[in-house]
Amino acid sequence: MHEGALRPARSLPRRRGPAARLFAAGAVLVLGASLAACGSADDGTPELTWYINPDNGGQERIAQECTEEAGGDYTVSTSLLPRDAASQREQLARRLAAGDRSLDVMSLDPPYIPELAEPGFLAPVPDDVAEATTEDVVDGALQGATWEDELVAIPFWANTQLLWYRQSVADEVGLDMSQPVTWDQLMEAAEDSDKFLGIHGIRGESMTVWINALYESQGQAIIENPEAPAAETQLSLDTEAGAEAARIVGTIGSEGLAGPGATTQDENVAMAQFQGEQGSFMVNWPFVYSATQAAVEQGTVDQEILDDMQWAGYPRVDEDTESAPPLGGINLGVGAASEHPELAYEAIQCIVDPDRQTQYFLSDGNPPASTVAYDDPEVEETYPMAPDIRDSLERAVPRPQTPYYNEVSLGIQEHWTPIGAVGESTPAESQEFIQDVLRGDALQ
Amino acid sequence: MLAAPAFLVMIAVTVYPIVQAFFDSLFSYRLTAPDERAFVGLGNYGVLLSDALFWRGLGVTVLITVVTVAVELVLGFLLALVMHNAATRLRGLLRTAILVPYGTITVVSAFAWFFAFDINTGFINSWFSWLPGIDETFNWFGSAAPALVVIMASEIWKTTPFISLLLLAGLAQVPGELTEAARVDGGTRWEVTRRVVLPNMKAAIMVAVLFRALDAFRIFDNVFIMTNGAYGTEVLSLLAYRTSIGRLEIGMGSAISVVLFLCVIGIAVLAIRGFRVDLASGEGR
Repeated sequence: MHEGALRPARSLPRRRGPAARLFAAGAVLVLGASLAACGSADDGTPELTWYINPDNGGQERIAQECTEEAGGDYTVSTSLLPRDAASQREQLARRLAAGDRSLDVMSLDPPYIPELAEPGFLAPVPDDVAEATTEDVVDGALQGATWEDELVAIPFWANTQLLWYRQSVADEVGLDMSQPVTWDQLMEAAEDSDKFLGIHGIRGESMTVWINALYESQGQAIIENPEAPAAETQLSLDTEAGAEAARIVGTIGSEGLAGPGATTQDENVAMAQFQGEQGSFMVNWPFVYSATQAAVEQGTVDQEILDDMQWAGYPRVDEDTESAPPLGGINLGVGAASEHPELAYEAIQCIVDPDRQTQYFLSDGNPPASTVAYDDPEVEETYPMAPDIRDSLERAVPRPQTPYYNEVSLGIQEHWTPIGAVGESTPAESQEFIQDVLRGDALQ
Repeated sequence: MLAAPAFLVMIAVTVYPIVQAFFDSLFSYRLTAPDERAFVGLGNYGVLLSDALFWRGLGVTVLITVVTVAVELVLGFLLALVMHNAATRLRGLLRTAILVPYGTITVVSAFAWFFAFDINTGFINSWFSWLPGIDETFNWFGSAAPALVVIMASEIWKTTPFISLLLLAGLAQVPGELTEAARVDGGTRWEVTRRVVLPNMKAAIMVAVLFRALDAFRIFDNVFIMTNGAYGTEVLSLLAYRTSIGRLEIGMGSAISVVLFLCVIGIAVLAIRGFRVDLASGEGR
């Protein structure tokens, strides 16, 4: 191997003769041709790259459909991003900052959109596209796609959390689930039944999702002026709503109501606990339903559990105030350095077509952002909780829309975990810490 | 002149990034706010050195370095003795068996240890429930002390073979006549080891300690996978990663990296001075 690799070098003339020059020219030609091939298919058709988050293959299928529908105007190929939202953001932000021209269409997690929109990393949305794609879109999803009153990305699918419960446990403690329930009722039920609540106590993004929902359910936003520069950002964590949120989180933690693994519990771990003997009530995204169905089919979970599994709206903090469930999902953005922004927006219009959103919901379990997409009868057949998801989406409130979301979220995660240590002073401490970080006076 | 190309490559891949990192560390510079880049001099270092998080991270890093290197040195030496004294027929098999953990990718071994100890997927809690303090509800990654124990154990399991291999090379260098002479003079096994074997393998011990200390000081994978720095397990590399890559604060992240680099240089100088070894000649002075 080694020797073979050396041989051609030895046979080349010592001084650059015609052969060497020809070789060099050939190399340049080949290199040039392969570079030119980036961004367009062999026959000159522009090739759009869609950076997708991992799913069950639905986005890949939609890319193929839209390639066919484009009739040769463009092709759409997909490129897979890392599994968790924070890593997806890291990769996209670095590439966008470096002016990567291959970022034609990107599947973006809403909280990170302002950070990318503020420095102009996203190509502006043409008015006609904005008009065509935002009709009938749930309000929360639109808020998540907007920065400084302008639409900067197109909602594709929207997610929200429901309260999942075991009917048997609700019966046992006598909780009427046809009425909205409060966190206090859930805590009492967990104590009475000696079973564990499913929450997300791990130091991670899911913690911020929970805290934000607890604040917003009391009508209190976490940030007062989300569009302000870093040093002037004012947080409103240290408020009455904060004291109530800290009481709920702290009680669940210190009394062990979420089980011994609460401090490392994320969405998947909470689901596993819910499916087990200690399962009672759990706040979680709708994926838990299809995941439990799949587990039953694989034989790892009993059919009884699935039959016992019911759902209701996200729990309230105050019994007279409607809850503000968490909002998630994916919006589609176009990179400012993309070579084909018009075509990219054309492709996005194809991708977010309500029928495709319906199909995507059916195949991958990700709820549509468009309300029209819920009208298909097949949707309710496959997902009996679809109407509840739609209702929840209408009430859902996004996490704070600020370019410094990452700092805010990390600050909350650091101070609100472990949940057993959360107390009266937590809201003020976290507020002070995050503001120090934003001013550049503290590390994170 | 013959070394010039290699020298140039070295400059391109090491000196340039170091200089660039130092330069960046003098700015307040966020990747997603390129227009707000401002020169702050040593301001980033001021914030860094006055922040409790940095000192805690440094403390945890030093703790991990000292504990793992000390334990590995003892275990590694014992393993080296076993390999050195094993019958020739067994030697190959023994060395391979001992080296297996070192051949495992760190991320893979980190996941293996994580899943073994995790409260939901792990088997350690049920296997060792007879030990006081351990039962099914013990969350290893829920607080700093047990999490650090697992992180260090995983680190020790994985890199002890490396140290033992270096020490084995050192053992092989100790002249047989010396140990024989010492035994003839009536030295016990312990005395021979302490007064003859160890002083003669000083260079090998130095190399082992130096390499491992530098490695351990830069620990990242195990912490990243198992706790991601949560609950007081933050180490300096993770802090640098989170600041530069997570928060995209290139200025502050570079400052942390520069400090980390200076610490590493400090360890190297200390180790070489402390052992008074001239590496070029390969012998203790």
